[in-house]
Amino acid sequence: MKTVRIGSGAGYSGDRIEPAMELAEHGDIAYLGFECLAERTIALAQQARLADPEAGYDPLLGARMEAVLAACWARGIRIITNMGAANPHAAAAEVARIARKLGLAGIKIAAVTGDDVLARIAAAPHALMERPEETTASLEGRIVSANAYLGVAPIVRALAADADVVITGRVADPALFMAPLVHEFGWRMDDWDALGRATVIGHLLECAGQITGGYFADPGYKDVADLARLGFPLAEVGADGNAVITKVAGSGGTVSLQSCKEQLLYELHDPARYYQPDVVADFSAVRLEADGTDRVRVSGGAGAARTGMLKVSIGYRDSFVGEGQISYAGAGALARGRLAIEIVRERLRLTGVATSELRCDLIGVDALHRGPVPAPEPAEVRLRIIGRTDSLAEALRIGNEVETLYTNGPAGGGGAWKSAREVLGVVSTLVPESAATAAVSYQVA
Amino acid sequence: MRLRALAHARTGDKGDISSISVIAYDPGDFAYLAEHVTAARVAAHFAGTVHGAVERYELPGLGALNFVLHAALGGGVTRSLALDAHGKSLSSSLLEMELPDPQAPAAAAP
Repeated sequence: MKTVRIGSGAGYSGDRIEPAMELAEHGDIAYLGFECLAERTIALAQQARLADPEAGYDPLLGARMEAVLAACWARGIRIITNMGAANPHAAAAEVARIARKLGLAGIKIAAVTGDDVLARIAAAPHALMERPEETTASLEGRIVSANAYLGVAPIVRALAADADVVITGRVADPALFMAPLVHEFGWRMDDWDALGRATVIGHLLECAGQITGGYFADPGYKDVADLARLGFPLAEVGADGNAVITKVAGSGGTVSLQSCKEQLLYELHDPARYYQPDVVADFSAVRLEADGTDRVRVSGGAGAARTGMLKVSIGYRDSFVGEGQISYAGAGALARGRLAIEIVRERLRLTGVATSELRCDLIGVDALHRGPVPAPEPAEVRLRIIGRTDSLAEALRIGNEVETLYTNGPAGGGGAWKSAREVLGVVSTLVPESAATAAVSYQVA
Repeated sequence: MRLRALAHARTGDKGDISSISVIAYDPGDFAYLAEHVTAARVAAHFAGTVHGAVERYELPGLGALNFVLHAALGGGVTRSLALDAHGKSLSSSLLEMELPDPQAPAAAAP
């Protein structure tokens, strides 16, 4: 039976570079996907593009392509990635430049566009999924980007046109891995069970090292060897859409039932209804079985007809935040940290810094979980004060009030640090499929 | 006994919703976990952090429970002021939940 081997080369924008090289050189794969586009990333990329028409794609695109392009070209491995972010055309041109520099003339690069639906979103109010009582009208003048999650169709089209590298903007993350399966096995786009199983595979692969032992180790409970050399996953997929998840022999990490279960449920809400542009996938009857060292067999995925609606991520200028931190140590550290919080709160009030939200944490005590104070007292605490403001000027003053604790606050404060930044928020809405028209363009290096 | 003795967990995030899987090391413990790690208990465990409803989905084939916690991430990952804006550490906190010792004799029925 025909088997297609697909590797996952990155699970987020800043991910490690070398595991993808290992997959390209030793994974015997036919496709290499890179998922690099978080919710907010495309809004930041859109702002970069507004400042420079040639910018707006993933900053590590060049480094990743220089690392894998020659090895992939030599072995016929086709690359699929959403590193195009807000500017797939410019990203494709960058890949072409790198290909020529490496002497890889002839590489065909596809750019998938059509996810940008900003004009439509700006034209009429759309209900916000997160705040049902609000519409996009409440973000008037502050929206910077609106991108629909496209499905596999334009990527499949690019693969059918013999593209060696496919660069997209916003597509559903699993689609990067589903598309080559639809292309190879010729599944109909209403074969819901096949598309559901492909979604399971894409979901398992899209976070790269999170299924091979990353985000997993817990010494004494879940031990993982060699995380510094963590291998990224690959799937061996059959025509029935069932698969084996594994990794390159000799790489670090582990592929186990436990690691696969954690990733299968990662970011899932109702396992029976995982909404994708191409299918409503059903993970509820997925079976995982051990199939030898670092091999787990995946079967039992299913699906139902897609909804006909696409999720849209809307990036908007939300607010500003200012932050300051300082540490206290030794006996009484906790009391001095609490005194420092009182002082900064009072200073912000006295100097008229308006915050719509202010958070005061003692790192090591209550920053992650607001539970009981540990006993005995911690040997050191780090104060963290962060507040939301309407202006950068006010945000800056929050960090300043923490910094001035050096000479004006409790005894022995050290290691002060401050920052202030604008916050881009992300909200979501739904649009009909017809609102986003995907397009594919090509260039040859 | 702590939940950590029987199960492992992973947190995911989407917007202001946190999802936490709780997975039995031994699938034979699934029924025990399903009985004791209820949506209500998880909501109580995160009182003060999670401000919305808590839903639970059961996956007996995997020996797992999946919890969906609404209004859990300070308004959403992109604007939260929390040190751990994604709530990645919530899974570790959940594993601290105290459970009755499964070896102990059941409390006398009335």
